[in-house]
Amino acid sequence: MTARKTARTLPLHAILVAVGAVMFVPLVYAALSGFKSTDELSRNPFGLPEHWVTGNYTNILGSGDFWRLLGNSTVIAVGTTVLVVAVSALAAFSFARFAFRGREVLFTFFTMGLMFPFAVAALPLFLLLRAMDLLDNPLGVILPQAAYGLPMTIIILRGFFRQIPGELEEAATLDGCSSFGFFWRVLLPMARPALGTVSVLAVVTSWNNFMLPLLVFTENTWWTLPIGVQQFQGQYSAEYARVFAYLVLAMVPALAFYSVAERQLVGGLTAGASKG
Amino acid sequence: MTSTFLPDQRTGRDTDPPPPAARASRGRARRRAVNWLTAVGFQLPALVLFIGLVLLPMLFALYAGFFRWGGFGMPSDYIGGDNFTRLFEDPVFLGDLWRCLVLVVLSLALQLPFALAMAVLLNQKLRGRAVYRMLFFAPYVLSEAITGVLFSMVFAPDDGLADNALGAVGLDGLGGEWFADPSWVMATLFLVMTWKYFGFHMMLYLAGLQSIPRELTEAALIDGAGPWQRFRNVTLPLLAPTLRISVFLSVIGAIQLFDLVWVVTQGGPDHHSETMAVTMFQYGFKRYQVGYASAISVVMFGICLVFALAYQRFVLRRDLEGATTTMRGGGA
Repeated sequence: MTARKTARTLPLHAILVAVGAVMFVPLVYAALSGFKSTDELSRNPFGLPEHWVTGNYTNILGSGDFWRLLGNSTVIAVGTTVLVVAVSALAAFSFARFAFRGREVLFTFFTMGLMFPFAVAALPLFLLLRAMDLLDNPLGVILPQAAYGLPMTIIILRGFFRQIPGELEEAATLDGCSSFGFFWRVLLPMARPALGTVSVLAVVTSWNNFMLPLLVFTENTWWTLPIGVQQFQGQYSAEYARVFAYLVLAMVPALAFYSVAERQLVGGLTAGASKG
Repeated sequence: MTSTFLPDQRTGRDTDPPPPAARASRGRARRRAVNWLTAVGFQLPALVLFIGLVLLPMLFALYAGFFRWGGFGMPSDYIGGDNFTRLFEDPVFLGDLWRCLVLVVLSLALQLPFALAMAVLLNQKLRGRAVYRMLFFAPYVLSEAITGVLFSMVFAPDDGLADNALGAVGLDGLGGEWFADPSWVMATLFLVMTWKYFGFHMMLYLAGLQSIPRELTEAALIDGAGPWQRFRNVTLPLLAPTLRISVFLSVIGAIQLFDLVWVVTQGGPDHHSETMAVTMFQYGFKRYQVGYASAISVVMFGICLVFALAYQRFVLRRDLEGATTTMRGGGA
């Protein structure tokens, strides 16, 4: 029985191993190449390094630049997340718990934002940010990112807020709780899993954003990691091994975050897709 | 549409506490007005952000598309539809549209079926499937810029991993210039996009597959349906809503493709990988033809709008009908 089962699943495993290798090899190749000298890299592209050179990595970690970019990415991701989740939670609360004139129209208005990619508005948004003097200012990235994150965040949170039984709100109202009091003291603490999900989505989206920081940050003071990687490759295009090391270090935070928050991320993406 | 002040049947209650029979109707009317203000007050911050940074910029692009304008001061040199006529005579922009279509067709014909196959495979009880799921999805969390730099090194002509690997197994002939070859650049980009995004679609399909009740496939099994028949007649129809969403996201993604192309080729060689967003960026931020670039934004917006409406009208409607009737509490 088990032998037959193994025989049946063998081709399936072979497929998985092959696909897995294609996914995995570029990442391992980058990590190993970072431990070689550029000279060795051209002689020995696949194998383990003959001499494990750590200089590529330690040079980058030793210079303040990398850490500054990492800090910038973090500040911008946290700022975006706090703003978009706070503002969306208020709106989603109103959509989920009030029956008011124009509710569905307003909701449709927000969901329409899902249909339009950021690239469409990039140019006018840049002009607007320039007029507001927000270029080279982290708010110039945080505010638009939060605005573009609203539709998905509102949709997911509304769905969750609706599942919380109405009796709770009645009880809170009888105890003298205002609408905001109920929202703040009862609903939000109960909605922690949903807030976690949308926060993870917002962090990943902000962390990976490229076009907006590219437009807004003309000076390198506020550059984020994706911009930094592109610039580093431009600057050291001949020194492959150093670029690989930089690339790997830039991937580590995202992959580490993914390994911690995989459940929320996948849950949020599938919830967002099925409700959007 | 829900009639406004009926109780929300999903939560099973009105937003007001049940009124004592004696309460005067004038008092109720005032309460409703206050209630409306409270409800909209909660929306206010979101509305300000959304209108200010999403809606107004898009409307402004629509306006600026009708001017010859360098981007400073307000647009004043009105030229009617000239930007649009020029756009549809511009071989680069027509090429953008063609390349967008190519990417959409490739995604629908290859990437999504591959993602579906992997989802079906990983939906079975196989040793290590959790690890494979995590691995296949992992590239989704990497930025397109980082992915782009990585693969520009993997596909570096001669020195890169791809050419070296092909050389090592004696297939030197298949190696080449990749991103630097006008006839291969789109195919290589598509490979990278598949590497990065198929896991995302696979995760959507897996969630869809897991929501299909086991009884249905078991019933088909008892009725003597083979594996292909079970997949074709039970699984696939029930997965249709997920598939439609995934197709929608894939098409919107192809329309707005920018980061990856900008990092790897900037649209080259000789415009052979340029996309609408890249052309817009070139004119808007490098050549200061902001009116013309706005016209590109408007066309992208138009394509998204027409596609989204048509999709909603002809494809998504069936899903939404079910969803909205339950979501809106029976619609009263």
